[in-house]
Amino acid sequence: MTPRNITATVAHRLAILGYVVFALFPLYWLLKVSVTPNKLLYSEGIRMWPSQTTLDHFSFVLRHSDFPIFFKNSLIVAGSTAVIVTVLASLAGYAMSRFSFRGKYWIVTLMLLTQMFPLVMLVAPIFKMLSPLGLTNSLTGLVIVYTAFNVPFATFLMQSFFDGIPKDLEEAAMIDGATQFVAFRQIILPLTLPGLAATLGFVFTAAWSELLFSLMLISGNAAATFPVGLLSFVSKFSVDFGQMMAAGVMALVPACLFFLLIQRYLVQGLTAGAVKG
Amino acid sequence: MASYAAGNHSKPFRKRMADASAPYLYTAPALILIVTVMLVPLVLGISYAFRDIQLLKPFSGGFIGLDHFRTLADDQNFYRALRNTLWWTGWSVLLQFVFGLILALLLDKPFMGRGLVQALVFLPWAVPSFLAGLNWAWLFNPVVGPLPHWLYALGLMSAPDNILADPQLSMWGPIVANIWWGIPFFAITLLAALQSIPRDLYEAASIDGAGPFQRFVSITLPFLAPTIAITVLLRTVWISNFADLIIVMTNGGPADRSQIVASYIFTQAFKRLDFGYASAIALVLLVLLITYSLLIVALRQWLLNKD
Repeated sequence: MTPRNITATVAHRLAILGYVVFALFPLYWLLKVSVTPNKLLYSEGIRMWPSQTTLDHFSFVLRHSDFPIFFKNSLIVAGSTAVIVTVLASLAGYAMSRFSFRGKYWIVTLMLLTQMFPLVMLVAPIFKMLSPLGLTNSLTGLVIVYTAFNVPFATFLMQSFFDGIPKDLEEAAMIDGATQFVAFRQIILPLTLPGLAATLGFVFTAAWSELLFSLMLISGNAAATFPVGLLSFVSKFSVDFGQMMAAGVMALVPACLFFLLIQRYLVQGLTAGAVKG
Repeated sequence: MASYAAGNHSKPFRKRMADASAPYLYTAPALILIVTVMLVPLVLGISYAFRDIQLLKPFSGGFIGLDHFRTLADDQNFYRALRNTLWWTGWSVLLQFVFGLILALLLDKPFMGRGLVQALVFLPWAVPSFLAGLNWAWLFNPVVGPLPHWLYALGLMSAPDNILADPQLSMWGPIVANIWWGIPFFAITLLAALQSIPRDLYEAASIDGAGPFQRFVSITLPFLAPTIAITVLLRTVWISNFADLIIVMTNGGPADRSQIVASYIFTQAFKRLDFGYASAIALVLLVLLITYSLLIVALRQWLLNKD
């Protein structure tokens, strides 16, 4: 290696290291404060490493707050939304990928339109619509809203996965006498497992973190999801940073684990032609 | 494909009907949901903009024409929110893009442990947005967070105060959080585009004596241009609508100084329960975004025709 190459390599590694630190530092800080005993937190000033650690904040949050309820509610809402959206988007995405039919152009336009307009516009009308049905302050209401919001993007995502699977496969099955739906379910769906995983993960994280509509539709802790619960928790316990950050760490862990598991598929799915956050 | 949906006329009538209706059956559940939960509320929301809709007033609901828009025309907070939206969107998109591009270029070069590094630097994107907001709000809080103390030590602040409470600076808190949170998105799309560039182009260029900078300008940038354009444009619309970080970190405060239009709509609907006024602001935002999108489409057409 020439000295110039070595300098370039060192600079490259240092830049990457800098990025990793920048990406992880806020999360590290969350973790650090969550395990620092209260007496040290306020007396030691700002320190990179706590001189003592404790799990007291975690056990308090788990035992003496509504945190487990928020966790359960969010799991129900995000889980059901992810499953329902994935089913609906597989069906719709398959139709978009395999059939040409009258009205297809308008369906695509409608779905694109929903990606362009500000969802915050729908806050008031959706509240007004769900209220007489008794669906405000209910997990069902949230699932319906989140499912609708996520279906268009998930359909595009699934369509791009189906586009990648050759058509000969189900044609062969149909010559052998299978109906199109059977061919779809038994041959095409299993082949697009990465796509299903990416869609499931994507929608789960989106529903797990949705804030505006859950704030608007949910009041009180019984039906509160994570974002709502944690925000109310923060204003209620605003003096106790250790407990708040312990709650934050616990809200973070499932999302991060999930992300690390499906990261590869998600990147693959996103680069398959769809662009959204 | 249509070939086996329509082609075969020797099939019995019922079978043909079933084939013709298949695409509609597949798409119906998704469509019904989109229409009832997104399209109908959108139309309702537009009608609310011209009506007096207040949640706690039982006799509200009547049409009041352009009253909301007259109020809006004199609403200084709205104008500030509009300026803030430009500020928020401009800085967030610009810095997310610049850092995202640098990150993508760094990750494009093979090195040991690249997979792990990629997973780690993309991790912020997995953090739920409300939690990203809380996390950064805590980092900016001088009681437990290091940032004010660092800024003070560097001489950038005269005292280790919370910038989120400072009317002049509060907007920067959510912007910094947004940059941290959004870089991975740009990096992912740009990295995918980078990896689709044929490697032999670079080899040919270096044989011809092109340095790294020349190769970047003459090969990388032209290849990335379409991806950059579409990502930046879509993100611009998306970020101008993105109110989570602001609601969590500053709630638009202090004194509406960090309010953007999207968070202002939410504040009017959620806090003041004035759905009519909120919808009027939302309609203005919608019109602005549509205008922006149409301008972009026109620009694209013009560029395509020019060549």
